[in-house]
Amino acid sequence: MSDLLQIDFSSVQEPRIVGIDLGTTNSLVAFMDLTGPRIIPGPDGGNLVPSVVSRPASGELVVGNAARDLLTSVPERTAYSVKRLMGRGAADVQEELRLFPFRITSDSDSVIHLELGGKVFTPPELSAFMLRQLKQNAESYLGESVSRAVITVPAYFNDAQRQATRDAGRIAGLEVVRLVNEPTAAALAYGLDKRKQGVVAVYDLGGGTFDISILRLHDGIFEVLATNGDTHLGGDDIDNRLLRIALEDIQSEWGEDVSTSAEAVQLLRRAVIQAKESLSFAPATTLEFEYHGRHYRRELGRDLFDKLIADIVDRTLGPCRTCIRDAGVKVEEIDEVVLVGGSTRIPLVRNAVEALFRARPHTELNPDEVVALGAAIQAGILSGKVDNQLLLDVTPLSLGIETMGGGVTRLIQRNSTIPASATEVFTTAVEGQKNVLIHVLQGERELARDCRSLARFDLKDLEPTPAGMARIEVRFLIDANGILNVTARDMRTGREQGVEVKPSYGLTDEQVEAMIRESLEMAEADFKERQVREAQVEADRIRLAVEKAKQSEAYAALSGEEKQRIEAAAAALANTCHSGDHLAIRAAIEALDRATMSLAGKMMDTAVSAALRGTKI
Amino acid sequence: MNAAGCWKCGGEPHDSLFCKFCNTLLPPATDYYRFLGLERRLDVDVPALQDHYYRLSRLVHPDRFQNGTPNERRFSLDATAILNDAYRTLRDPVARAEYFLREEGLEPPGQNTRRVPPELLEEVFEVNTALEELRGGGESARPGLEAALARFRALRGELDADLGALFALYDRGRERDVLMKIRGALDRRSFVSNLVEEVEEGLTAR
Repeated sequence: MSDLLQIDFSSVQEPRIVGIDLGTTNSLVAFMDLTGPRIIPGPDGGNLVPSVVSRPASGELVVGNAARDLLTSVPERTAYSVKRLMGRGAADVQEELRLFPFRITSDSDSVIHLELGGKVFTPPELSAFMLRQLKQNAESYLGESVSRAVITVPAYFNDAQRQATRDAGRIAGLEVVRLVNEPTAAALAYGLDKRKQGVVAVYDLGGGTFDISILRLHDGIFEVLATNGDTHLGGDDIDNRLLRIALEDIQSEWGEDVSTSAEAVQLLRRAVIQAKESLSFAPATTLEFEYHGRHYRRELGRDLFDKLIADIVDRTLGPCRTCIRDAGVKVEEIDEVVLVGGSTRIPLVRNAVEALFRARPHTELNPDEVVALGAAIQAGILSGKVDNQLLLDVTPLSLGIETMGGGVTRLIQRNSTIPASATEVFTTAVEGQKNVLIHVLQGERELARDCRSLARFDLKDLEPTPAGMARIEVRFLIDANGILNVTARDMRTGREQGVEVKPSYGLTDEQVEAMIRESLEMAEADFKERQVREAQVEADRIRLAVEKAKQSEAYAALSGEEKQRIEAAAAALANTCHSGDHLAIRAAIEALDRATMSLAGKMMDTAVSAALRGTKI
Repeated sequence: MNAAGCWKCGGEPHDSLFCKFCNTLLPPATDYYRFLGLERRLDVDVPALQDHYYRLSRLVHPDRFQNGTPNERRFSLDATAILNDAYRTLRDPVARAEYFLREEGLEPPGQNTRRVPPELLEEVFEVNTALEELRGGGESARPGLEAALARFRALRGELDADLGALFALYDRGRERDVLMKIRGALDRRSFVSNLVEEVEEGLTAR
């Protein structure tokens, strides 16, 4: 082969990687511009896409702002705060389920199943709808297909919650190149590396999750020293608190319990969120609620508000103290504190952070956007566009295996830098034993039943040996996403040993595959629908233009036959417009275009001569 | 390590992270000292180790091999896991000594067989009673516990200094009975260290 024919693949551009913040309340997508990270707005021009998915009676799926608007009209068909359900079982979320309008089906022990209008969805599937919308927003903004993404997760997310997020990405047709911890992403976005050395704390209180991370900066390296948090603590808890109080108050005032009406609860929820948000800026506000012609009104001052939520804010301080201790730093050594997440707009939260860290926190960047911006920077690092920065993150929870008698042996300590690994040698207890079952757990407690079960790994088809003779070396590796990978090797033969994974929470690989297939079919249907809708928009535009042109002098000057041809083509387009066949609509558009060709030319002439005459037409 | 030579260019085997002939990432050594290219000593210059760690992280981290071949991506993941494990172990004198003992074929001090050093028996008893009292809301126990905490911390500092001296002694002569002394010192230190943590926790719990 001649040298000329060799292609230099190094110059082939890798597909772009976008950064996605898949939030409890809002989600965002960002990309790396030549000048830095930028948020990609949705079709409505807004940067935030509400993390709400609805399935109105018409059957199609609605996401974002449109879905949020449906929360009050079809609450039982609308899902929000899905992130709090990711990687969890029904028993974990009993408390908040009482205020959720949607139903959970009975088979929700290891994966929650939500019913929206007669169809059942798992949290990863619902999150996938969000991701697909963000992907679409990015594609139409960038004018290219987008298939790779960095997605952020709370630093304190456990293995199952991370897997669920990655599954959501796969179902949405995205290659999840990396999961990045939200506080770490925020630190990247803050450009804190401008300070060459130092220790930084990131306090991230979002809609549903709380994280605290302490990092050491060193010439562009962001080394996380420790992290802590609560994946069930956020603005939602404040909303629910206010909601409960208001519901009781209304009951004593009206003598009626409106909490049985999902619609009333959602209307009231919206009202308390409004009140909460305005109290971040004003010293007092009015909570107003109207339902079936009755009015409820309450003045709410910030003092009372602070008292009502004090214990929720307090719950963030314990993890902060533990984190400082685990990081091995003194409070005085922390140079800067960064606030992330919408809930850090609450003055009480800011005061608590300032008091604990004895430093005025950074709030320069929009706390709703900073995580997505950081995700885009990490995407830049992964695609090689940014090469002076490097994140060294940690695993938030210790990893261990269950021992005889229900104890736990720790293999990887919490706050170990990832990737991290540990090896352990296993053997058999009885002669001819064919398999060994390893129960892997996450958590800090001494007993297996108090830790979170991660999965059971089955070393299968062992060579028959006398008891205690088998030597199986098992390697536990937490990768850069914070997800566990297990491999095993028979030390006597050196051969790879098969491992079957039974996750305790979450979907199996087969289930995810099936969902991907289903979503591909749905994506096809979606794509067709989009083509139809785009054709309809185009048709409306041209019909309107023709209607307008009919008022012009040029139209009046047309022959009757020509006018008739235009009328006929316009009528034909109006008829096909609702056919649902985009090719037919396109053909009708073209026909109308042809019919109006000479009219357009004449109008141009009149426009030109009118312009020459200096009159307006 | 790399006994078969470079997997890509077939270059002859040598001790390095990257092939010296074609600069390809190689399967990493699993021994921490060899991996880091450090002399096998118990006394380690931790700030220098940290710089070395950051430098190697930049070279081998999976972020750098996102667009690499499957082999490179696997070795990068493995190498970074070992690098992180090695740094975490060697930067901490206690973890380092325990690792060293294990590599020398000596079982490190057992986790569950910790006897109270006789000279601390009385004080440990008092502290446990005080902790119990504080847990029950007896705030009067606090000053005594704070004083005990300061003493335990000072004691831990002394034990750290002893350990450091033993490290230097071993590095000079490489005598096995020094390793045995180190084992005993680790045992005492781990007891005191647990004590410090217990009291700290008791004092900060609300």
